[in-house]
Amino acid sequence: MTTTTTARTTVNPEPTDDAPLQQRVRLSQVRMSDIFALGGAAVASLCLTGLLYTTLTPFSSAIGFGFVWYAFFIGLYAILTVFDETSQAVRDRLAGVVIRSLAIFVVGVLVFVIGFTLSKGWEVLTYLNFFSDDMSNAGPLDPLIYGGVLHAVVGTLIEIAIALAIVIPLGVMVAVYLSEMPGALSRLVRTIVEAMTALPSIVAGLFVYATLIMIFTKQQSGFAAAIAISIMMLPIIIRSADVALRLVPSTLKEASYALGAGQWSTVKNVTLPTAKSGLATAIILGTARGIGETSPVLLCAGFTAALNVNPFQGPMISLPLATFEFVKSPEPTMIARGFGTALVLLLLVLIMFIIARYFGGKGPGALSKRQTKARQRQSEKDAERMTAARATSTSTMTAEK
Amino acid sequence: MAVLSPEKSPGDAVDAASDEPIAVIVNRDRSDKTFRLIAITSGVAVLVIMSMVGVFLALRGSQALGVAGWGFLTTQAWEPDSGNFGIAAVIVGTILIASVAICVAIPLALGMALFISEYAKGWLRSSLVSLVDLMAAVPSVIYGLWGFFFLQGQMIPVARWISTYFGWIPLFAVDGSDPSDPLSTATVFTSSTFIAGIVVGFMVMPITSSVMREVFTQAPVGEREGAFALGATRWGMIRTVVLPFGRGGIIGGTMLGLGRALGETIAVYMIISIVFYIQPHLLQNGASSVSSLIALRYGESTALGLSALMAAGLALFLMTLVVNFFASIIVSRSRSGAAS
Repeated sequence: MTTTTTARTTVNPEPTDDAPLQQRVRLSQVRMSDIFALGGAAVASLCLTGLLYTTLTPFSSAIGFGFVWYAFFIGLYAILTVFDETSQAVRDRLAGVVIRSLAIFVVGVLVFVIGFTLSKGWEVLTYLNFFSDDMSNAGPLDPLIYGGVLHAVVGTLIEIAIALAIVIPLGVMVAVYLSEMPGALSRLVRTIVEAMTALPSIVAGLFVYATLIMIFTKQQSGFAAAIAISIMMLPIIIRSADVALRLVPSTLKEASYALGAGQWSTVKNVTLPTAKSGLATAIILGTARGIGETSPVLLCAGFTAALNVNPFQGPMISLPLATFEFVKSPEPTMIARGFGTALVLLLLVLIMFIIARYFGGKGPGALSKRQTKARQRQSEKDAERMTAARATSTSTMTAEK
Repeated sequence: MAVLSPEKSPGDAVDAASDEPIAVIVNRDRSDKTFRLIAITSGVAVLVIMSMVGVFLALRGSQALGVAGWGFLTTQAWEPDSGNFGIAAVIVGTILIASVAICVAIPLALGMALFISEYAKGWLRSSLVSLVDLMAAVPSVIYGLWGFFFLQGQMIPVARWISTYFGWIPLFAVDGSDPSDPLSTATVFTSSTFIAGIVVGFMVMPITSSVMREVFTQAPVGEREGAFALGATRWGMIRTVVLPFGRGGIIGGTMLGLGRALGETIAVYMIISIVFYIQPHLLQNGASSVSSLIALRYGESTALGLSALMAAGLALFLMTLVVNFFASIIVSRSRSGAAS
């Protein structure tokens, strides 16, 4: 083996004049002609529709304009791509455009629904009495400086708190049952729960009305509404908690069993902590659904304009029901209050949704940066403790000798 | 937990009797026994609660069903106190609204699901998934507000246009509208099945879309790449691999959406003006649904009136249960790969 002394760094070859100039390969599949076809079709169809609507025909309405524009756009885009593509490629381009535009449309609808509520309700939220008053001293003709939705906010919170106190333990326990004890009975429970996820909320309300209210309490109450909401939320939460629990790797559970742990301590120490983020997401999303339900509250809790903090006595209104009752009135201030209430509800749901995404963005058992660091510190401490223990034990052993 | 029997080679001349499975004896300690007991109890409790919903509605509704007899299914009126009531009109109205909703939801859900599973990449894909989830979480009363205060006004010219040019189809005919009279009233086009159906369609789109997306993303990678290797375009691949594979998801997701659409209450109740006869003209003022009938009349004072409502609720309950049951069977079959 001969050793030659070559430079230990990378040396770029000197460009020679006769070598062909290398060009970077473009990996992007988008060509200029595609962009021109798309833009051209959009502009041309816009002009055509504008002409049609302003001078040629007596059409009106923005939605109609949108539809006609879209039809022209698809047609023109097809014609433009036919010029320089094969028929298969044309079909591919068209399908791509249609699918993309449908997705954009859906996003647009969502943004629009939220934006519409936001724009109409924003003004009402600037009156601070809206959060600190109820409607007992404010009539439909009073301006917005009187009255508020404190009673609805409090009612919503009380009802959902009672519902969660029932649903979380029961729902998580049933989900654990479904994943831990497979068998004929649990299969039946799972089938029934799946079928019940579409239980119309008004049927849940009607059921509670027929049993709890008509047989026992004889009056509408927040508690009855909470029970109705629980019946509606239970299948939803069981189903998504079941999915979260099924994602727990079975190797973790088997490791626990191999170490001699029983079923309960495995569930408590391995399954539930691992599925924590998934369970939290399931519960929060279920809560968001429960908060927004109007019809069980309409049937079971009834309408009131005054603050009521006792869930067992008298009617107790919630945010969605207050929205519904406000907009039934023909008075503009009441409708404005309705939009304000809807906005409070929407913001509540949005906040819960963002929290749920924050928890649920991670897979089962995945840790955040801070948690990883904490775990590292813990394990370093353990290592220190163990070496210290070993050192003392060996020293005592040597001392005994 | 399971005890493995020692492995035997096939040629081993061990007597056949020992080939029987060894009885596995699991000794559970007290905490395990308590845990299993509580888990089974809660499972049974949920089963009981859920079946009680049906049983109680049937019990409470039996009085009205006894009074009305088979006429309950065929009568188009709701006057329980005079004994003249039936769900023919409201059931038909419910199905009409749900059908319009499904016609709106299918193309949107299909487009969104295909876009998420086939076109979007990276952050766009994950944020669109949460966007669809958010759309499902927006309360129905907010969709109702939007439908009543915004969409209704915007849809009137569209409804007028459809009724003018397609009025010869009975479904799109509108009594009381005169296309030749530009000053004719627009109120005949408000509060219709059409507008309620569109709003409900937007509400059930997310659930339909997420079921479809889940099934589409499970289309086998090998067949996808095979299609590309044979020179298929992206749409060619979708048409020949993703859509056939996801057929169960498309049907199941649509039915799940249908189940939701049948039971939707408050948005429908806000938009329609309820009528108690079969109203087949989609675009015309006046529609009906079981859930809004219940929301409208739950304050009935007489026992028979309430019993009739319970019977109507039972009918709605059974309808959504059957639809949803078949939907979940179809979806679970297609998830296990049986559709390919």
